[in-house]
Amino acid sequence: MLSTMFRVCLLTLVASSSPHAAAAELELEKEQLKIGFIKLTDMAPLAIAYEKGFFEDEGLYVTLEPQANWKIILDRVITGELDGAHMLAGQPLGAAVGIGTKADIITSLSMDLNGNATTVSNEVWNLMKGSLPTDAQGKPLHPIKADALKPAVDAFKASGKPFRMAMVFPVSTHNYELRYWLAAGGLHPGFYSPTDVSGQIKADVFLSVTPPPQMPAAMEAGTVNGYCVGEPWNQQAIFKGVGVPVVTDLEIWKNNPEKVFGVTRAWAEKHPNTHLAMLKALIRAGQWLDQNNGANRKEAAQILSRPEYVGADYRVIANSMTGTFEFGRGDKRSVPDFNVFFRYYATYPYYSDAVWFLTQMRRWGQIPTSQSDQWYHETAKKVYVTEPYLRAARMLVEEKKAKQEDFPWTTDGYRPPTRDFIDGVEYDGRKPNEYLQKLTIGLKQGQAIESGNVVTRQGAT
Amino acid sequence: MSASPIEILQEHTPSPSTPEVAAPPPPQKLSARQRSWLPKLWQQAGIPMLAMAVFLFAWSQVASRIQTSLGQIPGPIAVAKQAHGLWLDHAAEREKAVAFYERQEKRNAAKLAKDPEAQIRLVKYTGKPTYIDQILTSLKTVFTGFLLATLVAVPLGILCGLSATINASLNLLIQIFKPVSPLAWLPLVTIIVSAVYVSADPMFEKSFVISAITVTLCSLWPTLINTGVGVSSIDRDLLNVARVLQLKWTTRLFKLVLPSSLPLIFTGMRLSLGVGWMVLIAAEMLAQNPGLGKFVWDEFQNGSSDSLARLMVAVLTIGIIGFLLDRIMQTVQSLLDFGVRR
Repeated sequence: MLSTMFRVCLLTLVASSSPHAAAAELELEKEQLKIGFIKLTDMAPLAIAYEKGFFEDEGLYVTLEPQANWKIILDRVITGELDGAHMLAGQPLGAAVGIGTKADIITSLSMDLNGNATTVSNEVWNLMKGSLPTDAQGKPLHPIKADALKPAVDAFKASGKPFRMAMVFPVSTHNYELRYWLAAGGLHPGFYSPTDVSGQIKADVFLSVTPPPQMPAAMEAGTVNGYCVGEPWNQQAIFKGVGVPVVTDLEIWKNNPEKVFGVTRAWAEKHPNTHLAMLKALIRAGQWLDQNNGANRKEAAQILSRPEYVGADYRVIANSMTGTFEFGRGDKRSVPDFNVFFRYYATYPYYSDAVWFLTQMRRWGQIPTSQSDQWYHETAKKVYVTEPYLRAARMLVEEKKAKQEDFPWTTDGYRPPTRDFIDGVEYDGRKPNEYLQKLTIGLKQGQAIESGNVVTRQGAT
Repeated sequence: MSASPIEILQEHTPSPSTPEVAAPPPPQKLSARQRSWLPKLWQQAGIPMLAMAVFLFAWSQVASRIQTSLGQIPGPIAVAKQAHGLWLDHAAEREKAVAFYERQEKRNAAKLAKDPEAQIRLVKYTGKPTYIDQILTSLKTVFTGFLLATLVAVPLGILCGLSATINASLNLLIQIFKPVSPLAWLPLVTIIVSAVYVSADPMFEKSFVISAITVTLCSLWPTLINTGVGVSSIDRDLLNVARVLQLKWTTRLFKLVLPSSLPLIFTGMRLSLGVGWMVLIAAEMLAQNPGLGKFVWDEFQNGSSDSLARLMVAVLTIGIIGFLLDRIMQTVQSLLDFGVRR
């Protein structure tokens, strides 16, 4: 009985698996993997690769495990408890530079673009909204610049209260986006120094770290007056009635890199084929998420709302996952690019993206001294390893699971210069030092923080 | 709860009763029981049922009046529905597991067909742990920690009871470590276990070891103290007789010391298991180790409209399991007590 079943299975499999023959040829060094993630909608490629069987197609048996915060994710990848993880794009770079934990983490895949927003508490919104220009329907005009936040910050200062905002990690995209937005509006988000890693030196707005899922609760409790976080935690603030989202990261920098799939260099060297298989599955997941103009997004939101993934209500997740975003109760606007998982070569790990994070680390003093352009490029290339990505993409194209034109085969790793920032300052990834000189607030060439003050050192490189 | 072992130590009463731990009711005479079965049934079953009904009513009344950011506080019916939902979820997950194993079998068969020499491993289901799985993990962890605690505490307690010197030397340490919260132990245990427990193919998950050791550290004290008291309060005459008879120390230990201190040892173990269960939930929550505590934390983070009801299911489950654990220990204890008295 069993043996006949066995034979039937075998026959059907042999019959059906011939197009997948190439996939089966990857000799996997490790089949059972444990991958960590944080409860955010941009973990979607992992959930989709699991639920849609993309991992199993590559012969991988993956367990997805939610983690409490970004620090734990990083530590567990370093100790090997996790094989790889959903990471902030700045995390592998921060680890390479030695901000916080020093470690050799690499990434060969960007998981998504955009996907964050900044939310302020109802109290702050009431102080802000008076000065905002409105459209014909009386809705505030977007993008809202941080200039509008000034009255609120001044009111807090006048009453002797610190104006506190939360972000998710010292090297997170959110930290740099929030700082960029504040600084572009003339509000100082504070410097880091080697002896003071609070990041609050000279600050008008005091930033601190809170794990994403706790953001709404922290704001409800009054611990913070605003926050910058990924979804669904901005939409959750509306549904809970605790705050109002004011600006998306898309408005701060159009199509900014957000999460990456991070592994240790040692792991990638020990398991090259397993790494390739992971990349293949995740590229397919990204493709599925952006297919047919986002036709699959509703199903994705449905999957993410399960308690083992993000676990928030479907309507909260769907609000931002299906091409819309709600600013204030009832103020739902169309934002088709709020989450980008595949379009615009979203999965390719561009060096220019890495360089931008490094410039911001330097701008706010996490990198204490000036570095040469050369250093920026070398650090980016050390952490963003593109070769496995292109190999995985090539295999997918050969297996007819992806299209030739969906991958940037000939790029040198630098996106063209862009002015798509909220303040219109041009960013060219090839010239990091020139870029830093153009930003008004922030450390310039040769500057450093010493005992709480900005000093310029002559002859520093 | 933690006050009781000290009280025993101070009072030096050999009776197993402590303020929270009532001694088993004295055996009733048969005739009396026959005559008064109705009021007795009322007292033992009727009153608790009525109290439960009053509680459920009060709960549903109060719940509908409190509005949180996650919606209304769920009443008993919503919570019961959610508990049922968790059960259905468990069943669905099991079906997925079966499908997973079937797919895997096919894949392995294909592999073997291509290369008969291929190494085939059976991979365990990679889906999420269900609520039932989390309960079982927690139970496994608490019993492991409790067993370790007993293995350490009983021998140490006997030594303390037998020798005034050892007792004096350990007493201060015990008094200092006993009140330490599991939350204080946890980071230390995590760091030390991560450093010491290194192996390529570990028999147990690190997280399991960490939770179990934390339970051990927090739950060994009641057993240790009660064992010490039990042993030191053995009738001096018996010990003198043993000395006169020149019994070997093993005989003295197994025929005299252990039997007469068993009731107190079990009182201690019962307290320990209670403490262990409370500690475990906190440890799982903080360390993100699998189990009921992790379930509670995940649901808190999810913040969905079902989360409140699920959290309440978890609270009730934790309470009921704690109650059952206590009942089991109480039964064992009263059986032993009976045996010793006889």
